Amino acid sequence: MSKYYVNKFLFTVDRDPELLRRYKEDPRSLVASWEQSIGPKLNDAELSTVNFLTDAEREALIGHDYVALFEMGAHFFLSLTIFIAIYDEDYMAKSGPLSFQREFAEKLQHWTGKDYPSVALWQAAAR
Amino acid sequence: MATLAAVLATTHHPFYLKATTMPPEQQMPQAAEWKRKVEAYRETLTRAKPDILVMVGADHFHQFFLDNYPQFLIGKAPRYDATFYNEEREFGIPKYVLEGHEELSNFMHEGLMERGFDFAFSHELKLDHSIICPIITTRPDADLPVVPIYTNIFVPPLPSPKRFWDLGRAIREIIDEFPSDKRIAAVGSGHLSLELGGPRQFKETGPDPEFDRKAIEWLSTGNIDAILENVTHESMTKSGNATHGFMDLILMMGIAGPIPTAYHDNLDLFHTMEAYFTWYPEGAAA
Repeated sequence: MSKYYVNKFLFTVDRDPELLRRYKEDPRSLVASWEQSIGPKLNDAELSTVNFLTDAEREALIGHDYVALFEMGAHFFLSLTIFIAIYDEDYMAKSGPLSFQREFAEKLQHWTGKDYPSVALWQAAAR
Repeated sequence: MATLAAVLATTHHPFYLKATTMPPEQQMPQAAEWKRKVEAYRETLTRAKPDILVMVGADHFHQFFLDNYPQFLIGKAPRYDATFYNEEREFGIPKYVLEGHEELSNFMHEGLMERGFDFAFSHELKLDHSIICPIITTRPDADLPVVPIYTNIFVPPLPSPKRFWDLGRAIREIIDEFPSDKRIAAVGSGHLSLELGGPRQFKETGPDPEFDRKAIEWLSTGNIDAILENVTHESMTKSGNATHGFMDLILMMGIAGPIPTAYHDNLDLFHTMEAYFTWYPEGAAA
């Protein structure tokens, strides 16, 4: 698995309004084009060849599955921010302020009182 | 030599501006109280008559990412843009341009290196809400030159709480030695207990009100010994997965020294405990 690459997806999409729109409207297509042409970019001139998403990571991203992402140790700030961008407005209109954030927390209730999966990028430091 | 006119340590709730400027009928019930408390806190900086601000914060994956994430970084630019697209989108924070202070940035950087803090540095730094929120709350005219300092409170492995304290102490020595007749204030932001993207987020209070109570007590009394005895990376994680921003408040107390605050206040909001601390190490504005 590549926690780094999952985080890179969240980071690069959240900061780009056009990518974010596509991720909201058609996540499968956006994840595919991200893997082809955006993820591999080291910068505007250089490509890196060393990172990849696992099937589970790809499916979690396609499914906007923030529970799975939390359990994989994706960074909490990136995950919260991008899904607020995608869902907050619609939830707000339907169910009021913070309703999305509270549902997000509710779906993670089984982690209350336990050690969360680590956001550290190396495996040995499982904390 | 320069005068350290004030040290401020504050939480940085990114929704302050939005919460207190939306039409009154849409505001949360605590908005008016929140605004009053922030304006009273602002006065503790105004009263110190600062000429330059040393600003301490942390980049929340806005300019820096995991391909190159600095533990400690100093801005050395003549000018700084602030507020990223996704912060405008989520928090409604406007864009700013802040003047820098290259002379103090250089002096600070050299002084830090001499004291064993080998900082990363940036000559093109865009500031995020960890610095702009305290500008909005404590110096909304944004009319003073700044020296930005970023810390890693965000991506393990993190520097230790003791290291943040020691860094604050080093910054203090360097400010005291800065050959200038200017009045310098240090303003830094962080958190008390905080959860983001986890099961304890956005509750009626912060995730660990007991920690918040103790942290306010320790900071307001200058009790660094209690902090270093009780606060570890692991204990902060238990208090909420994003609680490590507390270390920036420890850093700020390091600049002031182990002394009681001249002013402190707090406000229990949904999701977090807001807290505001001001020290006048020289007694200058007391």
